[in-house]
Amino acid sequence: MRSAGRFGQPIDRMGSVIAVIAVLGLCLPFTSFSPNRILLGEPRWIFSALGAPGALILIAAVLALIVVAVRPPALWLRLGICGAVLVVVLLLAGRSAGVLMPAESSFARISLASGFWVLLASGLLLSADTLSRLKPPPGLRVGLLVLTGAGLWAILGSGAWDHLSILKEYEARASAFWREAQQHVALAFGSLGLATLAGVPLGLVCYRHARLSAPILNTLTIVQTIPSIALFGLLMVPLAWIAANIPGARAIGVAGIGSAPALVALFAYSLLPVVSNTVAGLAAVPASVRDAAAGMGMTERQRLLRVDLPLAFPVILTGIRIVLVQNIGLATIAALIGGGGFGVFVFQGMGQTATDLILLGALPTVLLAFAAAIVLDACVDWSEGRKNRGSGDRN
Amino acid sequence: MIEIEQLTKSYGPNHVVKDVSLKVPTGEIAAIVGTSGSGKTTLLRMINRLVEPSAGTIRIDGEDTSSQEAHALRRRIGYAIQGHGLFPHRTVGQNIATVPELLGWEKARVNARVDELLDLFQLDPDAYRDRMPSELSGGQQQRVGVARALAGEPGVLLMDEPFGALDPVIRQKAQEDLRAIQRRIGTTIVMVTHDIDEAISLGDRVAVMDDGCLLQYAPPAEIIARPATEFVGALVGAGERPYRMLSLIPVGDVTEDGSAEGKAISDEATARDAVAELLWSRRSSAPVARRGEVIGRVRLDALLEMGAAPA
Repeated sequence: MRSAGRFGQPIDRMGSVIAVIAVLGLCLPFTSFSPNRILLGEPRWIFSALGAPGALILIAAVLALIVVAVRPPALWLRLGICGAVLVVVLLLAGRSAGVLMPAESSFARISLASGFWVLLASGLLLSADTLSRLKPPPGLRVGLLVLTGAGLWAILGSGAWDHLSILKEYEARASAFWREAQQHVALAFGSLGLATLAGVPLGLVCYRHARLSAPILNTLTIVQTIPSIALFGLLMVPLAWIAANIPGARAIGVAGIGSAPALVALFAYSLLPVVSNTVAGLAAVPASVRDAAAGMGMTERQRLLRVDLPLAFPVILTGIRIVLVQNIGLATIAALIGGGGFGVFVFQGMGQTATDLILLGALPTVLLAFAAAIVLDACVDWSEGRKNRGSGDRN
Repeated sequence: MIEIEQLTKSYGPNHVVKDVSLKVPTGEIAAIVGTSGSGKTTLLRMINRLVEPSAGTIRIDGEDTSSQEAHALRRRIGYAIQGHGLFPHRTVGQNIATVPELLGWEKARVNARVDELLDLFQLDPDAYRDRMPSELSGGQQQRVGVARALAGEPGVLLMDEPFGALDPVIRQKAQEDLRAIQRRIGTTIVMVTHDIDEAISLGDRVAVMDDGCLLQYAPPAEIIARPATEFVGALVGAGERPYRMLSLIPVGDVTEDGSAEGKAISDEATARDAVAELLWSRRSSAPVARRGEVIGRVRLDALLEMGAAPA
């Protein structure tokens, strides 16, 4: 990925591409200004958005990013500089709101514009590229995630972003935001929990009875191909019927609209990854290991609990990771049928053409999915780690 | 003692094992040899009921194996297989402790047994107890596999191509070690192999199987000298017969009084090794030593006489 530069120092190709993107980011409007939340914003380039000192700081930060991108120093140093540049970009975005906000008007809105997003993306891309080369152990990855979360929390908590439109949308809906966040997490994790409870045994059945395997897996694959909105719609009728005709169903929350069909739909989408990964994990248990377990006198139950499931566990966990990330994203659509979640803000925002309200729903969803992916990847690595420990790490 | 009587296994019209009867006296090694598909592995797996017989009976120390639950039976029978089958997610110590734990031994007794077996198989307990199987060499994994099979102090050990995955040098060492350990603890062993050399060198008796039938069951010398069928003869190999015979005889049996020149040969070496040494060093006789002390000599012509067909 590197070629020798003019001075014999290596030039990083991936980094060079990111550097070009960063330069582009500087040339695009950093924020936008509009007199109220409905009107389309007018673009503000960096000097007018930040004032001269702020703009110069931003340019310096981006230059630092470009230098470490093109001529990488030690990787940890590069990661640290990426982090620092990202913090500067985030803080300046908040400062821009302070600069642009007219003293007399509380209706004016300052939104993040393309330049900010491109700069943010280039910083994140470079961090991701550096991290993928560092290959940090799972514990450190989770540690970095916690550090990033704490940094973000500190920036938001410090009030640095309070004048930005997205936080104004948040302020107006703070209690709704946390209620929907709870609902979103409940939908994603609840459907995952149900899918794990049902999917692992179903995978076991598929593995044990080859004849059932094809029909079950094919059915689940077909479910997976139904567009999510259609599936929500399809579930409304039978669930409404159940709520109306089966005593007690309504009492436990079954209804044609709301969180019941959302949970059922997410559950249905979750089954295929869990079931197929359970089957794959069990199939990967070496035949000699299974034979030895039986030959030593383990009962069927002991073989399942002590040998088959522990050995299949990392693969099953990979399926759970797929499901969780997928469901955190899909749960957004639950809002369409009154299921709640961050999707509520996305669809409200779309209705009002208020971009910042859409972002208020979309950004937490992305962050949540991202964090879930990192934590579960680390869990998968941990669960595999001990088994695969090579002879090299002990002397 | 293992008594197998008229044992048959069939899948529909196909007979995999046909009407096999044989006895393995306590403390002996029976080596079942045959080509792949001969039914030898099925025969072995019927002893611990990993395969249920279609007809016939198996008794271990007089007790019918079908009289108890299969998993309880298996805990009393050691089982070692090709490619060792160690649990990759459990340490060496936990692997070896599998059967003792299934049998409900006390923790202290289990730990003592694990260390005892690691010692027996020349693996330092402190260094190896907590390693993962993936951290061991192939030879070490195989030893742990056999140690695990012996952990529950079984009277009977079944081995299915236990050395099949090892390279030739380690393989011979593993065979010698197994023989030594078996003599020490007196376990009855039934072993399946496709390698006639392994069967002859390890087996007190060799069972030759082909197409589900037991063709001959006899001590190695008899298999070599008087093959029951053409197939057995072909398996032994006409050209190899004298050398196989020689390989069964220890030098001590051919030693006579007298003296000879040159490097001494151990009385525990095989006559085959002695012939090779004499031919190579252009000698007609050599001194024989027992634990380093010369006890007599061995002559080449006396050795060669041993390679002739018995009268």
